[in-house]
Amino acid sequence: MNNTVEIRWHGRGGQGAKTACLLLADAAFSSGKYVQGFPEYGPERMGAPITAYNRISDDRCTVHSNIYNPDYVVVVDETLLESVDVTHGLNPDGAIIINTDKTPDEIRPMLSDYAGKVCTIDARAISEEILGKNFPNTPMLAAAVKVSGVVEPERFVSDMRASFQHKFATKPQVIEGNMLALTKSMQEVKVG
Amino acid sequence: MSIRDRLSGNEAVAYAMKQINPDVMGAFPITPSTEIPQYFAQYVANGEVDTEYVTVESEHSSMSTCIGAEAAGARAVTATSSCGMALMWELLYVASSYRLPVTLALVNRALTGPININNDHSDSMGARDAGWIQIYAENNQEAYDNFLQAMPIGENPDVRLPVMVCQDGFITSHAVENIELEEDAAVKEFVGEYNPEHYLLKHENPLAVGPYGVSPYYMEAKMAQVQAMKNAKKVILEVAERFEKTFGRKYGFFETYRMEDAETAMVLIGSSAGTARATVDKLRAEGRKVGMIKIRVFRPFPAEELAEALSGVKAVAIMDKAESFSDNGGPLFADTRAALYDLDNRPLTVNYVYGLGGRDFRVEDATYIFDELDKIVASGSAKPYYRHIGQRG
Amino acid sequence: MIHAKDINEQSTWQELTPGCEIYEPATARLTITGEWRTMAPAWEPEKCRQCLLCVPFCPDASIPVTDGKRADFDFDHCKGCGICYKVCPFQAITFGKEEK
Repeated sequence: MNNTVEIRWHGRGGQGAKTACLLLADAAFSSGKYVQGFPEYGPERMGAPITAYNRISDDRCTVHSNIYNPDYVVVVDETLLESVDVTHGLNPDGAIIINTDKTPDEIRPMLSDYAGKVCTIDARAISEEILGKNFPNTPMLAAAVKVSGVVEPERFVSDMRASFQHKFATKPQVIEGNMLALTKSMQEVKVG
Repeated sequence: MSIRDRLSGNEAVAYAMKQINPDVMGAFPITPSTEIPQYFAQYVANGEVDTEYVTVESEHSSMSTCIGAEAAGARAVTATSSCGMALMWELLYVASSYRLPVTLALVNRALTGPININNDHSDSMGARDAGWIQIYAENNQEAYDNFLQAMPIGENPDVRLPVMVCQDGFITSHAVENIELEEDAAVKEFVGEYNPEHYLLKHENPLAVGPYGVSPYYMEAKMAQVQAMKNAKKVILEVAERFEKTFGRKYGFFETYRMEDAETAMVLIGSSAGTARATVDKLRAEGRKVGMIKIRVFRPFPAEELAEALSGVKAVAIMDKAESFSDNGGPLFADTRAALYDLDNRPLTVNYVYGLGGRDFRVEDATYIFDELDKIVASGSAKPYYRHIGQRG
Repeated sequence: MIHAKDINEQSTWQELTPGCEIYEPATARLTITGEWRTMAPAWEPEKCRQCLLCVPFCPDASIPVTDGKRADFDFDHCKGCGICYKVCPFQAITFGKEEK
């Protein structure tokens, strides 16, 4: 249990936070880890706040409760900072990763007394610039991997390429864009 | 050779169904089991199975479809949850009393109301007297493995009973975890073909199914069902042994975890057993003699075996993820406590109803219960023995 | 295989078929429903022209026909409904309270 990394995702219904959570599970699985990836289900509706979780470990993790003291929190939509206590229970030795155009210093005052690392990435800008649409989950996934180190970055990039080739087999033209969004996000994530 | 993969519980069951390639599926969606017919429909569309995929207008009809198909000599499966199973109610009894080995993937979900889509065991626990074999899973792996074992158990001529393969809605059905899958050919060989001796489409041997049974026959028919359920115990263990020989994973009526010298223990069903397992590890590391028993087979109920496994403990917490409104504890409590009655030195027993409608069950909750068990041992009394955990107020 | 003729109200539970399945057709013959009868038809062969109109009308198939000719009623299964008496064009069937 000691080597288990726990991650909590905050997003809004329809933004792909659950998908990003499952992609992270995939990536960690591919690197040989034991994984859990599961959403917390309520009445499903577009725009409603949703939560998803990952446990990533070297051993099978048998705990089947939600995660209350995550090592990392990923916020896919910064407007959630106003309505959800996103740092609740967050390990001060971990980090929070937020999709925003603000800097970590600008964001920190918006978080209740969190003393750990605050990381920001403008996933929306990256997605709109490269993919032409706001699909923040791929850049957020990449930022989460970079900050948490749950998967070795080079391994992650090569696994994701394979995953995209499989997922987008019928539209290969989007693979390069997604790969670019991924690597750009890993380079640009700001740690504060 | 096992195949290392990661799947949700629903994917795992759909995959097992694909490998088995049943003759008929009665399909009607309901949260959280919807993905099972959904994934299976893709296998049908891709030509990966040649199952007759019957989309019906209700669960009453999906179970009726399975019953008709099984009577005709086909192997039939379906999946459902909660209210969907409630709508099947009448047919559950028809399937078991006609002795038709339908396999039902049940993704456990609370029954209304208030309306709720999340997990507890009120659906299957309500059906515990319907004459079905009930097998429960802790995780995706067990859901897959149990599904592969269901048909060899239910279709055995000494058994001929329908089997409900249960897993926890969302908690395992929608959680992606690592899993060891088995190769198609090995699965097909393990599960085998369904070759009933009598069936409606056997033209040289006309058959009538489901006759009226007047009083002079009804009780005899029920006794035969009782015997079939008794026979199921032996067959469940034989199939588990063959499964272990073939695929290497061990199963029984229940799993005992660190029970050897345990002084207190928790008995529970399903995904929360994983959380209890982690709690036992944590408390054992602190030097406490605690253990856990995870019930896998609830019907038939392994009463003698369970009493034997609990004979050495001083106090046991029996956990029910279903309320029975008996004012005397939940269904697992009732059966477990009755099983312990004949022990010379029976442990003190306390019932905790927990996890209703998706209420989370955490390591902290399991720890609290083990603390309470210590108090029960110290005081020599488990009163009040009927308790709830996780609710406010 | 257990046959329906071997199952009766003295059979033990071990002697029933699984699910009370029945492995042959026309087992209704084994049940003597004629016991339910209070009124009974009587056939007068000398008046009968063998038109066989009574045969399809009988709801219980209790008028045996061999080589195109009917014989006397099958009183093991005739329930005494009187339809044959009503439809007979030649008054070859009478109907009255049965003396047992």
